[in-house]
Amino acid sequence: MSPGTSRFIAEHVEALKPSGIRRFFDLASTMDNVISLGVGEPDFVTPWNVIEASYHSLEQGYTAYTANAGLMELRELIADYLKTTYSVSYRPADQVIVTVGASQAIDIALRAILNPGDEVIIVEPCFVAYASAVTLAGGVPISVGTKAENGFKLQPEELEKALTPKTKAIILCNPNNPTGTMLNREELLPIAELVEAHDLLVLSDEIYAELSYEADYVSFSSLPGMQERTILISGFSKSFAMTGWRLGYAAGPVELIQAMTKIHQYTIMCAPTMAQYGAVEALRSGSASVEHMKKSYRQRRNFVTSSFEEMGLMTNRPGGAFYIFPSIKETGMSSEAFAEALLMEEKVAVVPGSVFGESGEGYIRCSYATSMKQLTEAMKRMKRFVDKRLAR
Amino acid sequence: MDKKEIEILELLEKNGRMDVHMIARMVEMSAEEVESAIKKFEEMQIVHGYSTLIDWTEVRGYEGVTAMIDVKVTPIRGKGFNDVAERIYRFPEVKAVYLMSGAYDLSVSVEGKTMSQVARFVSEKLSTLDTVISTTTHFILKKYKHDGIIFGEDDDNDRRMPVSP
Repeated sequence: MSPGTSRFIAEHVEALKPSGIRRFFDLASTMDNVISLGVGEPDFVTPWNVIEASYHSLEQGYTAYTANAGLMELRELIADYLKTTYSVSYRPADQVIVTVGASQAIDIALRAILNPGDEVIIVEPCFVAYASAVTLAGGVPISVGTKAENGFKLQPEELEKALTPKTKAIILCNPNNPTGTMLNREELLPIAELVEAHDLLVLSDEIYAELSYEADYVSFSSLPGMQERTILISGFSKSFAMTGWRLGYAAGPVELIQAMTKIHQYTIMCAPTMAQYGAVEALRSGSASVEHMKKSYRQRRNFVTSSFEEMGLMTNRPGGAFYIFPSIKETGMSSEAFAEALLMEEKVAVVPGSVFGESGEGYIRCSYATSMKQLTEAMKRMKRFVDKRLAR
Repeated sequence: MDKKEIEILELLEKNGRMDVHMIARMVEMSAEEVESAIKKFEEMQIVHGYSTLIDWTEVRGYEGVTAMIDVKVTPIRGKGFNDVAERIYRFPEVKAVYLMSGAYDLSVSVEGKTMSQVARFVSEKLSTLDTVISTTTHFILKKYKHDGIIFGEDDDNDRRMPVSP
């Protein structure tokens, strides 16, 4: 009997829980004809002009490393984009870094700022990676839950209760995955006041910012006094349907971006060159393809919102991203039991809200980044499933 | 025309068979409102009909050819190109007529059962019109994309993993 190799694994890695999404992935992967509303990425293929530009760069032999922080041309376009779209100014030379997805930007931002034991506030329900990324960076994740009755919006008093002298930063995802909640200026301002008063930093995950359906999007960095306290993190995955390209960026105060660049240069070197050339074209060609996708998401959002209401499931009306987070409490089931039974009986995959944090229990995340044909069929199947449960 | 009405038209353009209830949900209007909007479009002749996009090359037993004909004409004083365009578009075998900028004047799309049938139309009907100076006929060999639809592409082919964060 071999002793195995797990003794070589670092304790803090061994202690990390595998993502709850993983289990559902394994379950759904074994079944045929599943309609999946469990996918956290666009159903569109990357716009053709972007693909073509990347081809062209390869044909021209642009296959070497780029500068650590990314192609200067791309950083300039990112800075222009942030300026024109959200009225925030960053110097391309030293305040912008191109990363391997927004995920890497979050990772190196946390590693750049955290001393062992520093606390980071995580607003739940949220993207599954935040807490683990904090732990891996030596920090301590502190959860602050949000509630459906507040539209899953972070309440300043709840935030304040969680702050301690050890709190260093807040990770704020707006619009939010998994709830689709979007905070407007009035809702962000009191949070900014607390950030100021407690001398905190905000990691503002704005990856879904382009997909906001009601009001104009307000970047946290654009709030009074917040540019010096914000690392703005975004990328090309969601707005340009470029998830597989793994390309994101961060913009922020010089010292912080430079600290992140230090980690980046020793661990990654630079983001993939061909993807960077694709992104150059994405930003140059502007918003026509984004607008088309956004319109389509908005129509689907309207459709699924009314479908869930008709089913008798309470739901928020998402302001952004491509997720809806209806309550399944009426059925008396846990979100995991609901998702599993729905998958087995009706072959519709959704993600139990509990994987996004304790406050997600009683809800399910449904992604509407799926064709209308698939969505229509999924809603029909879910209605049949829910009808049986509610009739009881 | 307001934003929602334009949205209804865009949806119908993509799928003329889309159910009014579905449209109503997607644009957040009532089914009755959508219905009356569509009725209005029909009356205003913004919507001219609901045809079906068929890839005839996939239909066995169907024979047909399409030609795009560049036509140079002499415009008539006081009437411009409209009269001659009308004389051309009245022929049932003519599927489309556009007035073009550039090297020729009218672009005429003609469908027939065989190449010789189309050729006969060009030589006997089209080029014999007084105002027509010349014609250049191009036969379509293969349609890759028509009205925004790529023929032969499987829309339902989802390449994503079933569940992801």
